[in-house]
Formats: sequence, C-alpha cells, structure tokens
Amino acid sequence: MTDFAVRAPIAAQPPRRSGWHRHLHGSELVWALAFVLPYAAVFLALVAYPMAYGLWLGARPELFAELVSDPRYLRSLANTLIFVTVAVNVKMVAALFLSGFFMRRRKWIKALLPIYILPWTLPAVPAYLSFHWMLVGPEGLLDQVLYDYFGINGPVWFNSRGLALTWNIVAYIWKWMPLWTLIFLAGRLSIPQDLLDAAEIDGAGLYRRFRHVILPLLANLYFISTLISTIWTFGDFTTVFIVSGGAPAMASDVLSTLALQYALDLGNPPLGIAMGLTAVPLMIVVVVMLMRRLRKTEVQL
Amino acid sequence: MTVALPSRRAPAPPRRRLRRPLVEGGSAVLGFLIAFWSLVPIYNMLLIALAPEGNNEYAGKLWPDPISLDSFIGLWTEATDELENVWEEFGNSIVIGLSVMVLTVAIGSLAAFSVSRLRLAREWTLSDAALVTYIIPSSFLLVPFFRVMHEYGLSDNLLAVILAEVAFATPYAILVLQHYGKLIPIELDEAARVDGASAVQVYLRIYLPLIAPALAAVGTYALLFAWNDYLYQYLLLTSQRHTTVAVGLEQFFDDDDSPWNYMMALAIVYSLPPIAMFYALRRYIAAGLTLGAVKG
Repeated sequence: MTDFAVRAPIAAQPPRRSGWHRHLHGSELVWALAFVLPYAAVFLALVAYPMAYGLWLGARPELFAELVSDPRYLRSLANTLIFVTVAVNVKMVAALFLSGFFMRRRKWIKALLPIYILPWTLPAVPAYLSFHWMLVGPEGLLDQVLYDYFGINGPVWFNSRGLALTWNIVAYIWKWMPLWTLIFLAGRLSIPQDLLDAAEIDGAGLYRRFRHVILPLLANLYFISTLISTIWTFGDFTTVFIVSGGAPAMASDVLSTLALQYALDLGNPPLGIAMGLTAVPLMIVVVVMLMRRLRKTEVQL
Repeated sequence: MTVALPSRRAPAPPRRRLRRPLVEGGSAVLGFLIAFWSLVPIYNMLLIALAPEGNNEYAGKLWPDPISLDSFIGLWTEATDELENVWEEFGNSIVIGLSVMVLTVAIGSLAAFSVSRLRLAREWTLSDAALVTYIIPSSFLLVPFFRVMHEYGLSDNLLAVILAEVAFATPYAILVLQHYGKLIPIELDEAARVDGASAVQVYLRIYLPLIAPALAAVGTYALLFAWNDYLYQYLLLTSQRHTTVAVGLEQFFDDDDSPWNYMMALAIVYSLPPIAMFYALRRYIAAGLTLGAVKG
C-alpha cells in the first residue's frame, strides 16, 4: 500500500559547474531578485529583526549573573541537556534500526508502516494531552492497568523529577521517531540494490552488510538528521509544557518552558530572554557543523 | 544489532536457513511491539472521548461500556462553555494551517529556484541564511516577537501567527527543496530558455512539476508545523475571537472539573486533517524527504 520508491525524475547527475560564475544581466537579474525577494523580506522582518531585538533586550551581563546564581535555571539547563541528548540519540538509533525493519518485503510489515507513522501526523497538543492523561493520577490508564492486572499501586508519575523527565522524553520520542524513520527509509531506498547484492554474493551477512555497506552510505544522512533534530529538540516547548507541565514544582522544566514562566508569570521578560540566549553558543556550534556538512553533501559519492 | 534486509531468491546456505525462523519470529514480536507502542496513546484518547461524561476514566474494561458519542455530538452543539466557539477556533486553525502551508511552499520554492536554478548566488548562501534562523530557537524569541508584531500593527491578528510560523518553517523547506532540486539537470532549464521560455515559465512548467514530491513533503511539513504549534498561537492571539483549537484544547486545563471527554473528542477531530493529508500524499512525501541522502 505504500510505495516509497524514490522518484528521481531523471537519474541523478552532478550539476554542471561551467555556468557558476557567469553574471546575471538585465531582466534575468531582475527576475532572480524578484524570486528571492519574498524570502529576503521574511528573513529580515521576521528573523533578523526579532533576533537583534532579543539580543538587545537580553544580552546584558547582569542578567546572566542573575541566572548563574538561580538554582531553577541551572536545574532546567541540566534538564534540557538530558532531554536533548537522550531524546535525540535514542530516537535516531531506534529510527535507523526500524527503517531497516520496514525495508523487509512482507505484506504485513508494509501494512504496519502507516500505523507506525500515525504519531507523527497527530498534532502535538492532542498527542501530549493523551500522554498527560494516561499518567496523571490513579485514574490514568497506566496506573489503572498496573492496579487491575498486576495489583501494583503505580507511583504518582509527576511527583518525581526523574520520572517526569523520563515521560517527557518517551512522549517526545513517540511523536517524532516516525519522521526520522521515514527519512532513513528514503535514504536506504536510494542505496543501489547492486551494492547490497554484491555484498551478499561475497558472503556478507546482515550485520556486515549493515556495517560495511549501509552504514557508510547513510552516515552523512544520519549526521545531518541528528544535527537538525538537536536544534528542533532544544527549542521544543509543547512536550514538557503539556506532558509534565514542569511538575513537580518546576523541577522538570526545560529552558523553553521556564523562560516563558519568567517572561509572563514572573513578569521578568529580559530574564526570560537572557535564559534563551544562553543556548545560543551551543546552537551556533550545531548550526555551523550543519552548514559545513550541507556544503559537503554536493560532492558525496 | 540485526538489520533485516529483503530476502533474495538465491538459496540460502544452511547456517542461514537455521536463522530464518529466528528472524521471522523476531520481526513478528517487533511488529507487535511497534503496533502497541504506536497505538496506546491513541487508544487512550478514544477511551476518554467515548466514555459517558463523569465516567471518563479507564475502569478495568478495555472499552467504555456503554460507548457514548455524546462528546462528539457535544462538539457539534457546543455543549459546554469550553466549546462555545469551537467552530471559530477550527476556522482560525484552518486559515493559519493552509496559509502557512501555501506561503512556505511558495516562498521556499521561489527562493530555491532563484538561487539554485537562476544562479543568483552560490547554493550555500541560501542554505546558510536559512540555517541562521536556527541559531535562536523560536521558543526563545517570544517576547521580541510579541513586541515586533505590535510594532507591525499585527497584535491579535492571525497574520502575525502565520508570518511567524512561515519564518520558522521555511528554512527546512529550503534545505529539502535545494537538495531535491539537484536531481534535476540544469540542462532542462537551459533548453527551455533557448526555446524562448521566460524565468516564470521555467519555474511554473519545469521546476515545480519536477520537484512535486519535495513540494508535497514540504507542504505536509509546514501544515504539521502550524498544527503542532501552541506557543505562538497562544502568545500572539489574545482575544477569544482569534483563538485556535490548539490553544482551546489547553484551556480545558484551567478548570479541574472540565469535561475531559469533550476535550479528547475535540483533540481527535483536530487530529484528522493532518492525518488525512499525510495519507493522501504519502507516496510523494517519502521521496521528498531524502535530505542529504546518498546518491546512486
């Protein structure tokens, strides 16, 4: 039912380089500029200006000094690093593995794929509401099942920072793993079948075909995906806001949810902005790695 | 780590023939676990939505008994206070979602076409500019955005949310479109230009049709981006009249005695449009998602 063949319109060929340095003239140049104008406007008015405004409001030494001595900030920073590291890496490794599973040519596996994709297509707020409701209190599905079938009085999940963090991570992985599995599946499908056949004829088993053929070919895709996912996960707000809501007592808050509370509820917007800005050095490293990696992909294979 | 690969027709050597049942059994177990993992939260939504009001928890039964459709009917009749303007909320969500989808696809493909096909500049100038957007994650720019939108005269205006979401969805769209565009030989454009086609004609008649899978992927991504967003819709739309479903769902939390079955019914109905879109376009989407993938 699902046809995931990569529809390359025409066999891929490296783009011709000869024309790169020619200059555009007259109406050519006008059209080219007109086409890029909408994005340039969006970028300047809605990216560059708000960013500069944010830096102007929040990049002040005394604010950072205040943050460093704020235990809530330090705890949410630790939460963010745990959330990003665990969620991104577990999700990516599992997605890479599952994309191999979904390559198997079985009818039932093909039928299973749309079910597996469902969480990605489910909007974030409903999905996380369901997680929250499954876990909160003794009426939640999980505690009910634990009690009815195993006689266990389940813990109050959001009474512990560790458990709350864990469930935030589980819910995030549940929602986003299908997207990356689809991306790896598309990557695997673009590996020429001859290569895999040749490896098999040479006696390579499952593991060696994966290790010596598939992994080197997917390494770049895996790396780029991990970087993009790191950026997106770092900025994620909805997961923690709805699944654990920061409970218990802001102990499971991440930077994005704590920054909102500082900005709105505690009435200190500059401090909330400064909090977000402390993520910027790390984001710059990730973005620069991504820029360099994306330039290199042109010459790959 | 075992990665199951498609079987070949060639007869397997004896050692591997013994492993076959293991692989098959293992993948059956894995398949069951995947289905379970994917469906439990969705099952939980149905369980709560289909229970009669006031009895909205799991009570040792795998299915509510009796099944009640009150909550879905209640959506239609706006049965409770929380649902008072639910259809306006839907209207707002749809306007935002469709606008973000159309604008992201249009702006992203125009920019990618200009830089990669008309060769306005080197390809990486555009992808680098797009990636600069990611340096400060959008959820950390709330206060600046709120004030900037006020300066633009867009306070409590759907357009503010649309523009913010377009700004944050376009970078990924550009990366995907630029990458996919490399599969299309530039000679096609050049041949058309020699035949007298204008830049607009090349864009409309050659570029867009050939990158259709990537457009489908990017469009779905943008719609899901808008549908997933809560923060900007909450922050930039202050009046009741402009509330969206995502914000309306969260407002059920304001009251401890909210009718949770209505909340879940609303959550389920809200989930249907992106699900429908994905399954309608799924053949194209996977093909369009090959960002940075290997090239054969």
